[in-house]
Amino acid sequence: MTDAQPIRLLDEAGEAVVTAENEPWRAIADELSTDDRLAMHGEMLRTRRFDVEAGHLQRQGKLGLWVPSLGQEGAQVGAAWAARPQDTLFPSYREHLIALHRGVDMLQIIDIFRGAAHGGWSPTEVPGMRIYSLVIATHALHATGYAMGIGLDGASGTGDASADEAVMAFYGDGAASQGDASEGLVFAASYDAPIVFFVQNNKWAISVPSTRQSRFPLHERARGFGLAAAWVDGNDPLASFAVSRRMLDDARQGRPGYIEADTYRMGAHTTSDDPTRYRSRDEEEAWARRDPIARLAAHLRSLGVDDAALAEQEQRAADEAADMRRRALEATAAASDDIFDHVYAEPHPLVAEQKAALAAFEASFGSDA
Amino acid sequence: MQEFRLPDPGEGLTEAEIVSWRVRPGDSVAVNDVLLEVETAKSLVELPSPFEGTVEALLVEEGQTVEVGTPIIRVSGGDPDEVESGKPTEETVEADASGGAVLVGYGVRGGAETRRRKPRTVQDPPAPEPPTPAAPEPPVPAEPHDASGPVLAKPPVRKLAKDLGVDLRQVTATGPIGDVTRDDVQRAAQAPAAAQPAASARVAWSGGREERIPVKGVRRATALAMAQSAFTAPHVSVFTEVDATRTMELVKRLKASDAFAGVKVSPLLIMAKAILWAIERSPEVNSTFSPEELVVHRYVNLGIAAATPRGLLVPNIKDAQELSLVDLARAIEQLTLTAREGRTPPADMQHGTFTITNIGVFGMDTGTPILNPGESGIIALGAIRQKPWVVDGEVRPRWVTTVGGSFDHRAVDGDTISRFVADVASILEEPALLVE
Repeated sequence: MTDAQPIRLLDEAGEAVVTAENEPWRAIADELSTDDRLAMHGEMLRTRRFDVEAGHLQRQGKLGLWVPSLGQEGAQVGAAWAARPQDTLFPSYREHLIALHRGVDMLQIIDIFRGAAHGGWSPTEVPGMRIYSLVIATHALHATGYAMGIGLDGASGTGDASADEAVMAFYGDGAASQGDASEGLVFAASYDAPIVFFVQNNKWAISVPSTRQSRFPLHERARGFGLAAAWVDGNDPLASFAVSRRMLDDARQGRPGYIEADTYRMGAHTTSDDPTRYRSRDEEEAWARRDPIARLAAHLRSLGVDDAALAEQEQRAADEAADMRRRALEATAAASDDIFDHVYAEPHPLVAEQKAALAAFEASFGSDA
Repeated sequence: MQEFRLPDPGEGLTEAEIVSWRVRPGDSVAVNDVLLEVETAKSLVELPSPFEGTVEALLVEEGQTVEVGTPIIRVSGGDPDEVESGKPTEETVEADASGGAVLVGYGVRGGAETRRRKPRTVQDPPAPEPPTPAAPEPPVPAEPHDASGPVLAKPPVRKLAKDLGVDLRQVTATGPIGDVTRDDVQRAAQAPAAAQPAASARVAWSGGREERIPVKGVRRATALAMAQSAFTAPHVSVFTEVDATRTMELVKRLKASDAFAGVKVSPLLIMAKAILWAIERSPEVNSTFSPEELVVHRYVNLGIAAATPRGLLVPNIKDAQELSLVDLARAIEQLTLTAREGRTPPADMQHGTFTITNIGVFGMDTGTPILNPGESGIIALGAIRQKPWVVDGEVRPRWVTTVGGSFDHRAVDGDTISRFVADVASILEEPALLVE
């Protein structure tokens, strides 16, 4: 059976969608107070401003690369709010909102893209937030293995949702084509691992449409692997929250899950990409009308949130982005020692040799360096 | 005073073409205002201003291709604290061969120039930025280096020289900044005795003796396509001269008509329509030949060769056979406009079935064009000039042109080709035949 429609609680105009089928999901979303929803909107705005400013920095030669998440904030904010504090999240490289929500500093994300850090932050400093995975879909395996470990530790499956741990792995429709992604699903299902795969189908794997790589819907594919699966409107933050919350709580009890979030990458794949070469303006405009931020803003207004509150969020987001810009321009280059220090846990003669060689090379520039 | 150097807008790109400036000297700009649009090997991108202030000078003209790191715009004023913070000091160095004034990967051109210190802050991208004059110059040094000074060469080139036993100081450097390239080393290794020309005193024109232009992008695509076509499809070319006076009269009348108001009408339009008409009568010329089968297309994706800023492009009009004359005119106009702006999307250049090349606009009478790969016919529209022409036994001035073209002889034979070209010519002679 194929789902006819993704699960949706807010339509494109931000109006509540009330049907018999979405009743259980509405009940979960009801946990979110108006203040919660306003805060979710604030996080989306904050991420959007940060994202746009980082794109500018790249075009000004300050970053080697930038990966925009424009348009995917709605899917991410729902998942971020659904995860419980004890959960561990494995992002790809586009989960800026997830990282910021968990307390990663904007500059730590920037550091990766200006080539100053490999990881950006330590997962011990930002509990439950693993580092970005730049290699496509490898973390589907890391996350599954981590979840299997939780199971072996007995850290989940006790029936206490406030303590049982779960894992969420984030990737996209392009990564879903990688072998690692499928292997992750096999192991998750085989070991009843406490994991949810949160797949943002943003329609384009760089220039390849998801309809070509995924001839059969991704959430249906996951069912074939033996996982519980759901298809959610990824530009509906409330639906994303409800589905993620429910599936994570099921995962805690040994029922791994898969969420396909129907969303759209409004920007380029990365700053190296030019989407006008492979997709139409009409398509982009159609999705611009489904912007998740505008949708939640409309919903907030219908709940009586006044424009001043939204404007204040807008201003705060702009200020924070400007502050990020200032700090990025002041940031110093990383010492090259850092490149070597985390390769092995213990000293290694080859690494030591390379480190000395680079130091000598840099010293050869003299005081000018 | 602040200078914006061309950043690498992609991953590992080394140069970009300045497509258009969005600001002029005197304009005031804010941080993140779009300054210009550049085209790289990967994409067209807009570059936002890193500065606030007044545009003092545009340092690179539209249409120029410049290396990453080249200063492209100078902006004055603004808040110097904000933009200057963390900016490395600039210093002037003598860019001669006397001492360590060269960073790895790049070098210094002739003349005193400013360069930046090795980047220690995020103000500079990871790679050292080469100092480059505003206007690109051809490579300068074409002589072996002064043996006493350092030689410019990238580390892999040094390694290669070492492996081949080549003394870098004895190698003629042809790199863009006077550095020794891999090719230089290999050439020196292959011909050790001949590697050092006597002082190259006979540089009659400015710059080096050769300008080396990397074959890439559209140039490369054209080269591959033309070589493939020329050496797989046996071309046969035919020409016929024709009195196109009635075509010129028709063009004039159409221009004046209400139905074609605001639409560009040219002899090319009548030629396109003539080709579509003639293809209907000789469909084999609109085909794709492969050793296994000849695929005759029952539609015409009519390509129009266009000289564009990016090079030769052949965008095509899909299903041109379906279009009315006025729609065809609109399609041609749109196609050429987009191509001239350098914005032709790849999809427009795929799946062509027949091509027109309008060499008449360059004043040429005709030629033997090379087929677009995968197509069996290409027609050249020559210049249309007034010439003496015999009409009813009398010499009269008439508008005369040459219809010529090339065809894939694997796909079609002389009789078909001749009938087709004669059909095209007959329409130019009497466009009224289109009404049948």
